[in-house]
Amino acid sequence: MKKLINDPRSVVDESVEGFGLAHADLVTVSADPKFITRKDAPVQGKVGLVSGGGSGHEPLHAGFVGQGMLDAAVPGAVFTSPTPDQILPATLAVNSGAGVVHIVKNYTGDVLNFETAAELAQAEGVEVRTVLVNDDVAVEDSLYTAGRRGVGGTVLVEKIAGASAERGDGLDAVAAIGDRVNSNVRTMGVALSACTVPHAGSPSFDLEDNEIEIGIGIHGEPGRHRIPMENADGITDRLLEPVLGDLGIESGDKVLLFVNGMGGTPLSELYIVYRRAAQVISDRGATVERSLVGNYITALEMQGCSISVLRLDDELTQLWDAPVHTAALRWGV
Amino acid sequence: MMLDVNWAIRWLTLCAEAMAENRVWLIELDRAIGDSDHGENMDRGFQAVLDKLAEAPPETPGAAFKLTAMTLMSKVGGAAGPLYGTAFLRASTFLGDAAEVDPAALAGALVAARDGIVARGKAESGDKTMVDAWTPAAEAAQAAAAVGTGNVLEVLVAAAEAAEAGAMATDPLVARKGRASYLGERSAGHRDPGAASSALILRAAVGAAA
Repeated sequence: MKKLINDPRSVVDESVEGFGLAHADLVTVSADPKFITRKDAPVQGKVGLVSGGGSGHEPLHAGFVGQGMLDAAVPGAVFTSPTPDQILPATLAVNSGAGVVHIVKNYTGDVLNFETAAELAQAEGVEVRTVLVNDDVAVEDSLYTAGRRGVGGTVLVEKIAGASAERGDGLDAVAAIGDRVNSNVRTMGVALSACTVPHAGSPSFDLEDNEIEIGIGIHGEPGRHRIPMENADGITDRLLEPVLGDLGIESGDKVLLFVNGMGGTPLSELYIVYRRAAQVISDRGATVERSLVGNYITALEMQGCSISVLRLDDELTQLWDAPVHTAALRWGV
Repeated sequence: MMLDVNWAIRWLTLCAEAMAENRVWLIELDRAIGDSDHGENMDRGFQAVLDKLAEAPPETPGAAFKLTAMTLMSKVGGAAGPLYGTAFLRASTFLGDAAEVDPAALAGALVAARDGIVARGKAESGDKTMVDAWTPAAEAAQAAAAVGTGNVLEVLVAAAEAAEAGAMATDPLVARKGRASYLGERSAGHRDPGAASSALILRAAVGAAA
């Protein structure tokens, strides 16, 4: 294992510390318990937005803290959800009296820890709503699993719910917007190689040189099947077909197309994927109205990508376009 | 023989040793069907429990378990943190401030711990989770306590052996809860890491009483 680290046990602490130093104009970092809030939190009269999850998915979530998006991010250990004693103070720190929305990816650990923290916050008189993100179509039969995972769609939920909170929507309205994004977005991912968790020291799963894993989550954990390597267009079709099918995209639909890198794939390759995906959507008679390409929800240095499609309406488009000023997303300001 | 706070502290100390010794094994089990963090998280959590025990020594088994619950919830993360935290919290609540634990109370505490895990994780027997270790352990403890020989060690041994058998029995199962569930059929042939760490914890309870 070759990594730019000092000690596997201090990876998250030192990374968060560096993030705070690099973006001191945008965020405030609490070291113990560990959480990141936007500089001007709590914003009076505004619903607070808190998200979090395991580290190793950067820029998710800390990179999305700032005006127009999250009020706080709570990082856990690498690939491990944060704990209630981090989530609770983060929630209290961003509550201005208007309540707080938790945005939670559907992974058992995240759900259990946020659920506990929400109970504790409510016991302290803070109204909490939870938006559960479960956009991953790779998980076929949710009757026998913990349900669909929250993956790439999380970024879009955070941006759009963030804009809703920023324009002054109330607690239930912000949560409803978050739910609406979640129910209109689907994602599927592929891994070309595994990643190595620093404290484990060896790759998280084994993949032969000529194999790829279709339907991965954001830790490389699989959802569908392992197949021989194909070209970019072939892989793109395999990812996009179930996404469009599950979402029921038809002629005339307007969508946001999000091609996300898992951390170890160059942007040039993500654009090759984007090119094909945009063609396929256009061939269906649908319109790609907005796009996002880059590394936004990663799995350490894993090679691979995910494709998310969000069905847009006028309000969601407007909220997507609203100003955002965070370390990882910035426009309109 | 009754169990007291010294047993509880020895148990938790042996748990910490077991997690440190088996850290890599648990990481490997989790690497196969999860995301490689279970051994690391459990080791970190129980080391923190040792620190807390040294800081403020508890006076009853119930107090020791409550401190353990709070520490695991705040230090472990993942699914294991809330699940083990709930287990120790329910055991603590069941025992109250009693200074000593007899066989019936011990079995009751183990059943309460199991019920807490089931309530928090919403998993059932056969889902390939730690419930597959805790349910047979709780039932074996109840059965051993009901025999009425008044021996806590017999209850602990029965629980530990049932947990180990239960953990081994997860090998062929297809996971239906937790991250391993995303592997579907491919999760078969691997031991559930949570069931494995549960068996280690219950085995440590025997060592602490022997």
